[in-house]
Amino acid sequence: MRVPILKQGKYLIASIQSALSDYELLQLRDDLAAQVGKYRTRGVIVDVTVLDVMDSFAVRTLRAIAQIARMRGAETIIVGIQPEVAFAMVQLGLTLGQVETALDLEEGLALLDDRTRQDGNRDAER
Amino acid sequence: MTPKDEIHVPINSDSDIVTARQQGRTMALEAGFGDTDLTVISTAISEVARNIVEHALSGEIILRIEHNGSKAGLVITARDDGPGIPDIALAMQDGYSTGKGLGLGLPGTKRLMDEFDIVSDPEIGTTVIMKKWRN
Ligand SMILES: Nc1ncnc2c1ncn2[C@@H]1O[C@H](COP(=O)(O)OP(=O)(O)OP(=O)(O)O)[C@@H](O)[C@H]1O
Ligand SMILES: [Mg+2]
Repeated sequence: MRVPILKQGKYLIASIQSALSDYELLQLRDDLAAQVGKYRTRGVIVDVTVLDVMDSFAVRTLRAIAQIARMRGAETIIVGIQPEVAFAMVQLGLTLGQVETALDLEEGLALLDDRTRQDGNRDAER
Repeated sequence: MTPKDEIHVPINSDSDIVTARQQGRTMALEAGFGDTDLTVISTAISEVARNIVEHALSGEIILRIEHNGSKAGLVITARDDGPGIPDIALAMQDGYSTGKGLGLGLPGTKRLMDEFDIVSDPEIGTTVIMKKWRN
């Protein structure tokens, strides 16, 4: 199943609805990459609340999503990582690297507002 | 042993990885494993199943509940007839990958499970056998 991507102002919100195969994860990456450019997005939220597994492939793909988005001027925040999933990720040795996380969608949006406001200030100073 | 105590999941493509880890989770849930263990087990299955798809093309995952006195455990076997692993000690090192992976699959899976064994031969393929005991 394709992950629905909702456009909300200058943000894109991808809410994962069910377990994803590798192929579906790559599809999400490509869909987000296309839409970030198309809509001049400033922030991307990927909601992983329903995922009961985040293995090395999922983490690698989420990191790729954040890298691609950053190159196109958008910040990425992963929200909803379950405590058990976080535990297993740490045991496995996986980190999200530079990718930011937040507890839930609401906090993710607040964090994005924060980040993009800071960017705006920096732009204004130039 | 009832037939339901052992499940074979053929692994041929990336969607089989999802099937294998869901079957493993269901079996572990029925055997009374807790939430954290369920996630740990699914993650471990995902890693060894993906190794089959990525490095050996096809194989199978065998899931079995084992009883040892009052203890119950889930035994996961990942078997393929792929090219084998020439240097297992090297493959078990964090960060070693012959592909574009992070090289964390095998060493990370070993950390997730209570028991972990790997046998490999270029003529026969690779078999990973691992166990998680119920707390
Ligand atoms: N079933 C297998 N058949 C053949 N070679 C394998 C198999 N499983 C692992 N290997 C070899 O061992 C190496 C290490 O495996 P490991 O799972 O740790 O890392 P990876 O698969 O390369 O990357 P990651 O799992 O982090 O995405 C692989 O790069 C591959 O060369
Ligand atoms: Mg691997």
